[in-house]
Amino acid sequence: MSDIIQIQNLSKHFGNIVGVNDVTLDINEGEFVTILGPSGCGKSTLLRMIAGFEQPTQGHIFLDEKDVTNTPANKREVNMVFQDYALFPHLKVGANVGYGLKVNGVNKSDRQQPIIDALNLVGLSDKIDNMPHELSGGQRQRVALARALVRRPKVLLLDEPLSALDANLREQMQVELRHLHKKVGLTFIMVTHDQTEAMVMSQRVVVMKEGQIAQMGTPSDLYDHPANSYVANFIGTTNLFSSTATKTSSNQININYFGQPLQIAANDKILTSGTEQIFGFRPEKAVLVHDHRQATNGLQGKVKEVLYQGLAARILINVGAGEIAIDQMLSETKENARLPSEGDQVTIEIDPHKIMAFEQGHIT
Amino acid sequence: MTTTTTLFSRIFSTDGAFKAVATSVLAFLYAPIIVLVMFSFSDSRSLSWPIKGLTFDWYLKLFQNEDLLEAIGNSFYVASCSTLLTLIIGVPAALALNRYNFFGKSLFRKLVLLPIALPGIITGISMLNLFKVVGFNLSLETVIIGHATALIAIIVTQVFARLERLPKSLDEASADLGASGLQTFLFVTLPNIKTSVIGAGLLSFTLSFDEIPVTFFLTGRDNTLPMYIWSTMRRGITPEINAVGTLILCLSAILIIISVLMLRDKNQ
Repeated sequence: MSDIIQIQNLSKHFGNIVGVNDVTLDINEGEFVTILGPSGCGKSTLLRMIAGFEQPTQGHIFLDEKDVTNTPANKREVNMVFQDYALFPHLKVGANVGYGLKVNGVNKSDRQQPIIDALNLVGLSDKIDNMPHELSGGQRQRVALARALVRRPKVLLLDEPLSALDANLREQMQVELRHLHKKVGLTFIMVTHDQTEAMVMSQRVVVMKEGQIAQMGTPSDLYDHPANSYVANFIGTTNLFSSTATKTSSNQININYFGQPLQIAANDKILTSGTEQIFGFRPEKAVLVHDHRQATNGLQGKVKEVLYQGLAARILINVGAGEIAIDQMLSETKENARLPSEGDQVTIEIDPHKIMAFEQGHIT
Repeated sequence: MTTTTTLFSRIFSTDGAFKAVATSVLAFLYAPIIVLVMFSFSDSRSLSWPIKGLTFDWYLKLFQNEDLLEAIGNSFYVASCSTLLTLIIGVPAALALNRYNFFGKSLFRKLVLLPIALPGIITGISMLNLFKVVGFNLSLETVIIGHATALIAIIVTQVFARLERLPKSLDEASADLGASGLQTFLFVTLPNIKTSVIGAGLLSFTLSFDEIPVTFFLTGRDNTLPMYIWSTMRRGITPEINAVGTLILCLSAILIIISVLMLRDKNQ
């Protein structure tokens, strides 16, 4: 597969503030990529540079092997779906969708069919003569999609496309956007701060932090092998703690969780020089054992809270000065019988292979 | 409306008192106008009450008075040209204020608004001085320039206010879909500010049409309608003037109603 977009050492400075810092990223043709990060991480700026609304301070953007770094927005073969949809309030739905064709010199009669095709794609061909203000939020979103797709851009950019919708509609649109991506076969680049949305919809996720890429990979890559504690904490939940690692005579590696000893399986990320580093494990990778003498790699603690969630329960446990979250699946046979209650003394068992080692650092 | 009514009725304790106050305020505002309109149909030359008979003579006479007709023509010329001039300068100024950040922008905004707050007499005297220094002869054209300076503030504020309510993403969406800057202006910006431009234009027109102080200082031999009326008034009010007043009143009312409708934000 060829790269439809190549971003090379791209930076954007706003005065003294660095919005995007030396980002290099290749995006394959036909891929659905999501740029994920908290507000202010530079994800929108990156998208706006691809669209041509912001001029990079440094670096290059290639679209289909052509350098478009200095090409104005109206000459780039990318189209954008805006966060507020940006539908032209004075134009009917049909004219909104056909706008891109009109300004590019397509005759009125030749515009009709592509407009209908684009609206069919999003299931709104019956609204062609409505004004934007007569539509619901979800319908406006679809019109914005149809308008951006009508000229079949090389890349479709989506800037927080679902953030203005309510929860139910958002879930429905997540699925619809995935289907639409399959149907049109174009490259989609979406920006969002919602990790669930990113995981559900995209083939590849680029996690950003302070203007830089913290990690990129498939959703399962990011979840199972987070490159650093930031990603581990941003994608899903991770019980993070800091410790030094020591190697025993029998080649075991020992760490500790707020004073209690733990073993970790050998791993090339473990620093054995006695420096403090960050470790972590996912809530579902730890289990509660009721007889602490049977625990092989256990931590003792006291249950702080039990949060019932239907499919599973999240149990918050105080261990020393730390707090550990574990998820216990609730199968039909076991019912809730084995859920502990608040104040219970419990033992948590963790497989040494499920503990992840991250960068050097300290967590209080 | 209801909340104001309840508030007032609480203050004045009864509905009757409130109605009396409201009526007297309206009477204070509109009684002179009603008297003017009535006297324009009176068949007596003296302005005496009650009116004895009705006539359209004053309206007929009005259309035979060459000086008066010329003054009306001049007023239309001045009001149209100064409105056009303010639109040509004011709309791009509003766009620049909305679109670009430049050094001294907030000062520029305040300076543009200043002429509306300045007494016309100050504008008149200062422009008169300026024209003398530059060596312009006073004419209707100098009046047009004088009116335009004060009226630009109206256009800029109204158009700017509308532009501020337009999401910036509309411009970006237009460019994103391949439109040039000119296309974006013609197909997106202009249609969305059109009503505010027309509304502010009509308001400028009416203000220029009945303007006296600036005109007084800046006109040459030619008279505009308010100047003509003012000069004939020194010989006493004639029923003819009442007829002109009534006609102007109707015209202004129509223009003001249209401009208010245009300036109203449809979304609210």
